[in-house]
Amino acid sequence: MKKDIKLRRYHSPVWSEPVIMEMGHPGERGVLVPEAEEEIRATVGEAESCIPANMRRKELPRLPEISQLQLLRHFLHLSQENLGMDSNIELGMGTATMKYSPKVNESLARSPQMTEIHPYQDERTIQGILEIMHKLNLFLTEISGLDQFVFQPSGGGLATYTNACLFRAYHASRGELEQRNEVITTIFSHPVNPATANAAGFRVINLMPDEKGYPDFEALKASCSKRTAGLMITNPEDTGIYNPRIKEFVDAVHGVGGLCFCDQANANGMLGIARVREAGFDACHFNLHKTFSSPHGSFGPGCAAFGVREELAKFLPVPVVIVDGDQYHLDYDRPQSIGKVREFFGNIPAVLRAYAWILSMGAEGLLEASQVSVLNNNYLGKQLMTIPGVVKYYDQENFRMELTRFSWEKLKEDTGCGAEDVQRRMIDYGVQVHFMSHHPWVVPEPFTPEPCESYSKEDIDYFAEVLRQISKEAYTDPEIVKTAPHQATIHRPNTAPLHDPKKWAMTWRAYLKKRGGSGLSEL
Amino acid sequence: MKDFLKEWKMATTERKGIVHPYIPNSVPEIKAEMMREIGIADIEELYRIIPDELRLKRRLDLPEPFISESDLRRHVKDILSKNRTCEENLNFLGAGCWQHYVPAVCDEINGRSEFLTAYGGVPYTTLGRFQAYFEFQSQMGELLNMDVVSVPTYSWGTAAGHAIRMASRITQRDEVLIGKTVDPERREVIRTFCQSPNVRTRIDIRLIDYDTETGLLNLQDLEEKISSRTAAIYIENPNYFGTIESQGQDISNIAHRRGAISIVGVDPLTLGILIPPADYGADIAVGTAQTLGIHMHCGGGVTGFIASRDEEQYVAEYPLFLISLTDTVEKGEYGFGQCTYERTSYMSRDKAKDWVGTVTGLWTITAAVYMALMGPQGFRDIGRTIVHKTHYAIKRISEVKGIRVLFDSRAFREFVVNFDGTGKSVKDVNDALLEHNIFGGKDISKDFPELGNSALYCVTEIHTQENIDKLACTLQEVLAK
Repeated sequence: MKKDIKLRRYHSPVWSEPVIMEMGHPGERGVLVPEAEEEIRATVGEAESCIPANMRRKELPRLPEISQLQLLRHFLHLSQENLGMDSNIELGMGTATMKYSPKVNESLARSPQMTEIHPYQDERTIQGILEIMHKLNLFLTEISGLDQFVFQPSGGGLATYTNACLFRAYHASRGELEQRNEVITTIFSHPVNPATANAAGFRVINLMPDEKGYPDFEALKASCSKRTAGLMITNPEDTGIYNPRIKEFVDAVHGVGGLCFCDQANANGMLGIARVREAGFDACHFNLHKTFSSPHGSFGPGCAAFGVREELAKFLPVPVVIVDGDQYHLDYDRPQSIGKVREFFGNIPAVLRAYAWILSMGAEGLLEASQVSVLNNNYLGKQLMTIPGVVKYYDQENFRMELTRFSWEKLKEDTGCGAEDVQRRMIDYGVQVHFMSHHPWVVPEPFTPEPCESYSKEDIDYFAEVLRQISKEAYTDPEIVKTAPHQATIHRPNTAPLHDPKKWAMTWRAYLKKRGGSGLSEL
Repeated sequence: MKDFLKEWKMATTERKGIVHPYIPNSVPEIKAEMMREIGIADIEELYRIIPDELRLKRRLDLPEPFISESDLRRHVKDILSKNRTCEENLNFLGAGCWQHYVPAVCDEINGRSEFLTAYGGVPYTTLGRFQAYFEFQSQMGELLNMDVVSVPTYSWGTAAGHAIRMASRITQRDEVLIGKTVDPERREVIRTFCQSPNVRTRIDIRLIDYDTETGLLNLQDLEEKISSRTAAIYIENPNYFGTIESQGQDISNIAHRRGAISIVGVDPLTLGILIPPADYGADIAVGTAQTLGIHMHCGGGVTGFIASRDEEQYVAEYPLFLISLTDTVEKGEYGFGQCTYERTSYMSRDKAKDWVGTVTGLWTITAAVYMALMGPQGFRDIGRTIVHKTHYAIKRISEVKGIRVLFDSRAFREFVVNFDGTGKSVKDVNDALLEHNIFGGKDISKDFPELGNSALYCVTEIHTQENIDKLACTLQEVLAK
């Protein structure tokens, strides 16, 4: 019943696009700016006269001078040289949940009733936005079982930092902060958990997995003490493994007086299935740009909804949206709040998209999305395990959740082609590279696909076929894999200058200084 | 979910077998085939690892969905119609989120699905993103007269927080002096980043007074408070009041004499007519890019960069992404890559310099488009127009009886309007203005009690003379009541 899959011929767009700093011609203009009315100019006089003499800029900044069409063309070329999720089968990018962002939600997010709103407007004039924030909060409380969400963190990293600050505030309020200076996490939790816990002043304990890949309960128990401020853990972890003893982890940390935070940046397999409340967690966050369909925007802006139990709500960043009758308000009067982690209320367009997405799905739709994402993942896993060179680490019996960490270790041993080689070769078949792993690489030569519910069976079969083809090439003609990509926008970048202070160049001006007029290859 | 009951039907009937347009494998035959393939008869088997007591054994209690796109759109539109926009009303709010004109090309580019829906990827697959980031850094470098510029993070305040922590690591000191003229909302963010109750990473914040006549920093207070513990001085220019701080060089000199780092926050939109922080001794600059072609989005449009000289010691302490130009194996071809990626938390977890995650890529690309559209003359022109309109507005509003504009001689875009002589509070005035479809300035009387009953007004290139006259006339009218 399996159809033969014909791999597509693909070549990425190549425009050999110059850097914008080299383009245009002196005197060209991209857009013109309104001049102040004549009467204003007559009244005020020279604009420069209103600026203290020592603050007046004399030389104009050396920005490009380029006409509008030529500029538009340049950036359109750059966009074409950028493989967006909409235009490829991007299911290899695990942990990111490359989910379809419905266009209707985007058009709503771009309406003037969203874009032309100032955050300090009178509450009466932003009732629509406050209503959406409040109702999304209610949806998320139901989905997680926690009691109050805020949207101020505009990325997962800022949410885990918010959580670390909340740990601080909680223990400080009990006079125990000095004593509670350790946060426990696992090596397969996202790196912002240890990083932000450290930035917030905690010492970090990274737990290693047991031989079956499960977080090690004995190691956790040994780490729990009166120094424990809390646990920051992802579940399911980056390996796709669900920790069935999660409640025991939480209970053990609670038992020594710590708090428990679940990093649910990616909760795509869990909607309507299992909630952090039942596992006993005190706090969690959801990345609206992952599970809840807001687009990734070439690395943001995202939005991380951060939620807590009622007892901890007093520590949340301000403001919190509250309802009084049929009017919504922003509550700043929260004396125990950790303060602000970012200006204003958050990335509101993402809040709107998530609200609209949930309402387009309903309870059954969310459950269906989660079930299909887990089904897709295990179906893909079945295909991948028939590809020579692919290994699955850890537990071989239980199903993985929404993603799986695989390894090209065997392929590397047999052919010399590892995960990075395969990545580069994938490009030649028109699919985005697979995510390998966060660091450190506990699993050697890792890769982590995540075929969320947006992808069809046909997409998944195609993706598997690409990897099968690359494996075949590695065994028969490894050079073609090692020297890949062959049909990409650029050839292999020279990485030495990225680590060399004499050569790195974060700006065109730095590049011109370092190049010394002797051409690009001198870098 | 009681809130909904009064207005919304909660889902009561179960919908089985709906084929969802966003879930191709919800087609029953396909799903059945895939289940067969992995050897399960019931979808529930996928979740057998999850202990029974942790399973949600009921349906999520959510409202009845709008399964058709048209119904959904109508529903959301109805809610959004409860908002009143700065297009239909006359807005004079600024204070960290500013209403500037967004050229159509900016929205055209950030609406391209290739940029909008991409995430990470490598330079081979997302070269456009890497190059646009580099073009952002390069153009910002010209405006700032600095050689290193980061890919921006979440906001100006978070960038300032990270920069102060960089300064603390560079100097190995644990105190920062911050002007009271720094935006109070940003000061709150900085406090969360620095003033940890934990001793290990705490950076004490000491506020520096300002002169209530001129709005400028009080240098005597600065001299008195700076010490061998001071890692950095942080000011903003123009400051929160819109006042151009002309003592930048003196402030940097004071910092440098005591071995501290001078950090200046700036809106790059001002840099067509104002000299950049580097020209008055700043070692690190931070600031927004929201003003560069990005809509306000109720504060969703904010973003913040860090910049500095190209010194190894500084580069080593950046927590954010730094995209470097490089070459490739093909002669004459540009390549791009992450400079010293091992600094970041993606590589080094808790051993990293602070942290970085999903930041504001789409706004970075948009700001790159904006800077190139405007070019050198565009930045000069917009600076002049804003200065003209600001000073015209100051003049017109000052003529209203009982109103006093504070620190008026050196304002850019924003200025403080004091209502003490009118017998009305800012809230009363703003309520009255709202009835005339005007969003009055931000009430700052709580944040700055020493300035009395005052509001921060903002005027940009989008305001016409007629708009400004209307504000002045309406103020006159509502204050006369």
